[in-house]
Amino acid sequence: MTESSGSKLLNGEACQRTLRGKNAGKNGFVKNHCVFEHPRKYRRPTERSQNAAPNSSLYKKPFSESFEETPLLVAVLTYMGYGILTIFGYFRDFLRHWNIEKCHIAHEREQQKDFVPLYQDFENFYTRNLYMRIRDNWNRPICSVPGAKVDLVERVTHNYNWTFEHTGKVVKDVINMGSYNYLGFAENTGACASAAIETTHAYGVGVASTRCEIGNLDIHEELEQLVARFLGVESSMAFGMGFATNSMNIPPLTGKGCLILSDELNHASLVLGARLSGSTIRVFKHNNMQSLEKLLRDAIAHGQPRTHRPWKKILIVVEGIYSMEGSIVRLPEVIALKKRYKAYLYLDEAHSIGALGPNGRGVVDYFGLDPKDVDIMMGTFTKSFGAAGGYIGGRKELIDYLRCHSHSALYATSMSPPVAQQIISSMKIIMGEDGSTLGKDRLRQLSENTTYFRRKLREMGFIIYGNDDSPVVPLMLYMPAKIGAFGREMLKRNIGTVVVGFPATPIIESRARFCVSAAHTREMLDTALRAISEVGDLLQLKYSRRERPLSTPGWTYEESLLQD
Amino acid sequence: MAAGQQWVLVEMVQAFYEAPAYHLILEGILILWIVRLLFFSKTYKPHETYKLTEKEKEDLIEEWQPEPLVPPVSKDHPSLNYDVVTGPPSHKIIINGKECTNFASFNFLGLLDSDRVKDKALASLKKYGVGTCGPRGFYGTFDVHLELESRLAKFMRTEEAIIYSYGFATIASAIPAYSKRGDIIFVDEAACFSIQKGLQASRSFIKYFKHNDMEDLERLLKEQELEDQKNPRKARVTRKFIVVEGLYINTADVCPLPELVRLKYKYKVRIFLEESMSFGVLGEHGKGVTEHFGVNIDDIDLISANMENAVASIGGFCCGRSFVIDHQRLSGQGYCFSASLPPMLAAAAIEALSIMEEDPEIFSVLKRRCSQVHQALQGIPGLKLVGVPFSPALHLQLERSSGCRSSDLQLLRSIVDHCLDRHVALTVARYLEKEERFMPPPSIRVVVTVEQTDEDIQKAVSCIREAASIFLR
Ligand SMILES: Cc1ncc(COP(=O)(O)O)c(C=O)c1O
Ligand SMILES: Cc1ncc(COP(=O)(O)O)c(C=O)c1O
Repeated sequence: MTESSGSKLLNGEACQRTLRGKNAGKNGFVKNHCVFEHPRKYRRPTERSQNAAPNSSLYKKPFSESFEETPLLVAVLTYMGYGILTIFGYFRDFLRHWNIEKCHIAHEREQQKDFVPLYQDFENFYTRNLYMRIRDNWNRPICSVPGAKVDLVERVTHNYNWTFEHTGKVVKDVINMGSYNYLGFAENTGACASAAIETTHAYGVGVASTRCEIGNLDIHEELEQLVARFLGVESSMAFGMGFATNSMNIPPLTGKGCLILSDELNHASLVLGARLSGSTIRVFKHNNMQSLEKLLRDAIAHGQPRTHRPWKKILIVVEGIYSMEGSIVRLPEVIALKKRYKAYLYLDEAHSIGALGPNGRGVVDYFGLDPKDVDIMMGTFTKSFGAAGGYIGGRKELIDYLRCHSHSALYATSMSPPVAQQIISSMKIIMGEDGSTLGKDRLRQLSENTTYFRRKLREMGFIIYGNDDSPVVPLMLYMPAKIGAFGREMLKRNIGTVVVGFPATPIIESRARFCVSAAHTREMLDTALRAISEVGDLLQLKYSRRERPLSTPGWTYEESLLQD
Repeated sequence: MAAGQQWVLVEMVQAFYEAPAYHLILEGILILWIVRLLFFSKTYKPHETYKLTEKEKEDLIEEWQPEPLVPPVSKDHPSLNYDVVTGPPSHKIIINGKECTNFASFNFLGLLDSDRVKDKALASLKKYGVGTCGPRGFYGTFDVHLELESRLAKFMRTEEAIIYSYGFATIASAIPAYSKRGDIIFVDEAACFSIQKGLQASRSFIKYFKHNDMEDLERLLKEQELEDQKNPRKARVTRKFIVVEGLYINTADVCPLPELVRLKYKYKVRIFLEESMSFGVLGEHGKGVTEHFGVNIDDIDLISANMENAVASIGGFCCGRSFVIDHQRLSGQGYCFSASLPPMLAAAAIEALSIMEEDPEIFSVLKRRCSQVHQALQGIPGLKLVGVPFSPALHLQLERSSGCRSSDLQLLRSIVDHCLDRHVALTVARYLEKEERFMPPPSIRVVVTVEQTDEDIQKAVSCIREAASIFLR
C-alpha cells in the first residue's frame, strides 16, 4: 500500500505530446502509437510536481499541481513512530490480558462466548492502540449550522478517549476549516432556507415510496430538469445519497465482460460500485495518464483474461477533485484517451461541482471542455449545495436506461422534498437565475480564498499537496503523534480542522485537511493561518525544502495583494 | 479506496492465520523459487513469442468496437415513465393530476404530514440549515444525531443505535462490516434487495434456504456442522450469520423468530434481522418482530430498519449491543464515507418516535386496519392475496399466471390504472428482473395505513373487485 502511493505520481517526468494527429494511426507505419509517450525510464524525481508541460496543448491555462516528496528523515521517523506505537500496543494488550491495565472495550455476551469471535483480534489492534489515543479529533459533535464558524459541543473524557461526556457547555464560534461547505450554502437563513421551509410546510419531510412506484414528486422532476440545464447535458437523474449514487448506478452500466479502469485513489463508493457490478477492475496510478494509457492499450490488445475475447466495453472512472489529495483530474488528457480508445468515462464530481470553474459547473467548466465528452457526469449535492444526495447526468438514452434499471430508483426511498428544494434554490443562485450576482460573488470569493490560503501556507514552508486551484488543501503531518497534536492544538486556538491518517491515507502520509469556503472572510483565514503557523512551529511541521517565494513582513501588507 | 485496500490486507492476514503450518512452509518455498526464477535465471522470459508488436496492437485497437454504453430502452418499458405526484404523498395524493386515496406509500402511521413532525423539522431547519456538509467523522455529527441514536436505543431497549443517511444503505453496509470473505451467511430466499447487495459486498459464502422453511435452514446448518467437524481449524475462524427480515417486503410474511433463536444457540450462528417493514408496526409498542413474538431483543445480534416507512422520515438505523454496533462506526461504509443525515430529518424522526411512545394505541389501530383489509381482499376472483393478516403491505398476485411475466404485469397494471381512475392509488410492486436472485411473482402492492377509513377501504376493495372482474376472466 505504501509502495503504490509512494510512486503514485511518477509522471512528473516531462513527456511531450506526440505530433501525430488523431488519424495518424491510419497512416500505415507509425512510429509512436501512444497519445502520451511513455517516459523512457520510471525514475523517481525529487520534486514530484506536475505542471501543464506534458500535454500543454490540451490545456488552456497552467495546470499546476505539486506533491513534494516526503523528506527521507521524516519518512524514517514516521515509520519509527508506528513501530514504537505497535510495540507499546502489544505491551498494553499484554497488560490488559493479565488485567493489570483496565480494559474498557465492550465485551461479547456471556451466552455467546463460545461463538466464533465476531472480530479477529488484529482487526481491533489498530483501533484499540492507535486510533483510541487520538479519537477526540473525530466525530466532534456540533450544535449549529456547519457554516464558516461553528459551535462545538464540549466533551471531556476521563478514561483516555474510551468514552466521552458532554459537559453541557458549548465551544462557540470555532472557525470551521473542516466542512465541505465550498460555496457557503450551509445556512439557516436566506433564500435557500426560506424556500426549504415553504417546501416542508407543503410536503413534509418524507416520501415513503420509491421513484418507480409512487414516490416521484413534481419537485424531483423539477430538480432533474434544473440539474440537466446546469450541467449542460440532455437529461439527469437525482438520488437520495451520493454514496449510493455510485454504488447503485455503476452496476447497471457495466457487468461481466466489461472492464473498469479506476484511479487508485477513487472514493470507497466508486470502488464498491465497481465491485458490485461484477466487472473486471484494473487500477491506474493516481492521475497518471501514462499508466492509464498503458492499461487501455493492453486491455484492448489482449482482451479478457484467459478467453482473450474482446472486452464488451471499457469504463474509465475518475473523480473531479480528489478529497484527500486536493488534486484535480487531468480531464483534457483523459478525454483524449477515452476518445482515442473508444472507452466510456465516468466522472465523479463530488467535490468539484460548484467548487471549480468560472460558472461553478465543475471540472468540465474549469477546463473549458464540452460536457458531452463525458459519458456519465456524476456528482453530489452534499458539498457545494449544502444539501444531500447525488445526481447522474448524461445523454437521454443513458438516463432513460437508469430510470428503468437503477437500483436506487427501484428500491430506495426518493429524496426528501426540502432537501430537493435546497438544491434547486442554491443551484439557481449559482446560475444567477435568482436575478442576483450572489452566485458569481461566491464563486469568485471561493477562488480568491483558495489561492490566498494555499499561497500563504506554501510561503510558511508547509508541504501542501494538490492543485493550486483546489479548495481542498491537505497539509502534510506525516507522523502519527502529530495527527492528534495538530488537531488538539488547533482546537485550543478555536479552529476546527480535519486530520486524517491511515487507513484514509497511505500509512506514512498522515495529513491535516482544510476545506476553503466562500463563506470564510479574509479575517477568518488570517486567524486560521496565524494559528496554523504557530502550531506548525510548535510541532515542527514546516517540512518543505523548496526555496520559498520571498516571504513578506507582517500580515497587513499582503491583504491587498489579491484584492481586485 | 484506502479502506478497501485495508480490508484486503486484513483478509490476507486472516488467511495467513487460518492456514496450516505445512501450507505456509510450502508457500515460503514457492516464493523463494519464484524469486529465483525471476532474478537469478537468465532463461526465464515470459511469453516472449506471444508478445504483440506495436503494429499488431495498433490494429487491434483500431478494430475494437465496444458495445454501446447502455442498450436502448423500449418506449413502453413499464418503469420508464414514472407517475408524477403533485404535492405531498400523504393520505390524499395527487397522481398524474388526479386526487386519490393512498394505498401505496409506506406511510403506515400517517406521520408523513403530521404537524408535530413538521414543526420539529422546521425548528431544526431554522437552527441548522439543510445539509451537513460532511461525514460523521468530520464535523458532520450534530447533537441531533446523538439524540436520535440514544432515543432509538431507548425505544428498542438496546445498548446502542447507529444511524445512516439512507435506508437502503443501512443493512447493505452493516452486513459487510462483519461478514468477510470466507464467512458464511444463511439467508432466506425472499430477502429484499438491500440485503442481497449487502451479501454481495461481503463476498462471503451465501447459502439460501427456502422462504421461512426452518427445516431447510436446519439442514444447511447441519451440513455446515459436519463440514466444520472435518476442518475444525478453519471452523474456528469462520463466522456464521443468519440474515432474515421481520416482515418480508416481498411476501408480506413474518419470520418464525423463536425458531430462529433456537437454531442460533444450537448451531452458534448470529442473527441479523432487517425490520424495515415491521419497525413501528408490529408489537404492542411498535418495537417490531421481537416484541411481536416476545423474543428477548438481546438474543438478536443486530437489528436494522429504515426510518422511511412507519417513521416517515429518511435514513435508517442499526441497533443492538455496543460490542456489535460500535464496530460500524469505523467499518460501515455507508456510515463512514457519506455525509450524515440532514438534521431536520433526524429531528423529524425523533418527533415520530415521541408520537409512537406517547400513543402506543396507534399500533393496535394499525393492526385492526390490517386485518380488516386482509379480510376484505379475500376471495377476489382471479386474484390471490399474499401475506399475514397483520402485515401493512400486502400483495395481490394473479391466481393464474399467463406464463409470461410482462403480460402478467400488463394485466396488473390495467387493474391499477382502473383504480387510479376511480381515485384509489395502488402500485405494481417493482423489481429489477435481471438482478433479483429469486424473482417474486408479479403483484399489486396494497398498503394499509391508520388514516384509511372504513369507507376508503370499502371503496378500494370494490374498485379492485370491479377491475378484476373486467380484466381477469
Ligand atoms: C468522490 C466522492 N463520491 C461520493 C461521495 C459520497 O457522497 P455523499 O456524502 O453525498 O454520500 C463522496 C463523499 O465524501 C466523495 O468524496
Ligand atoms: C476516518 C475517516 N477516513 C476517511 C474518510 C473519508 O472521507 P471522504 O469521504 O471525504 O473521502 C472518513 C469519512 O468519511 C473517515 O471517517
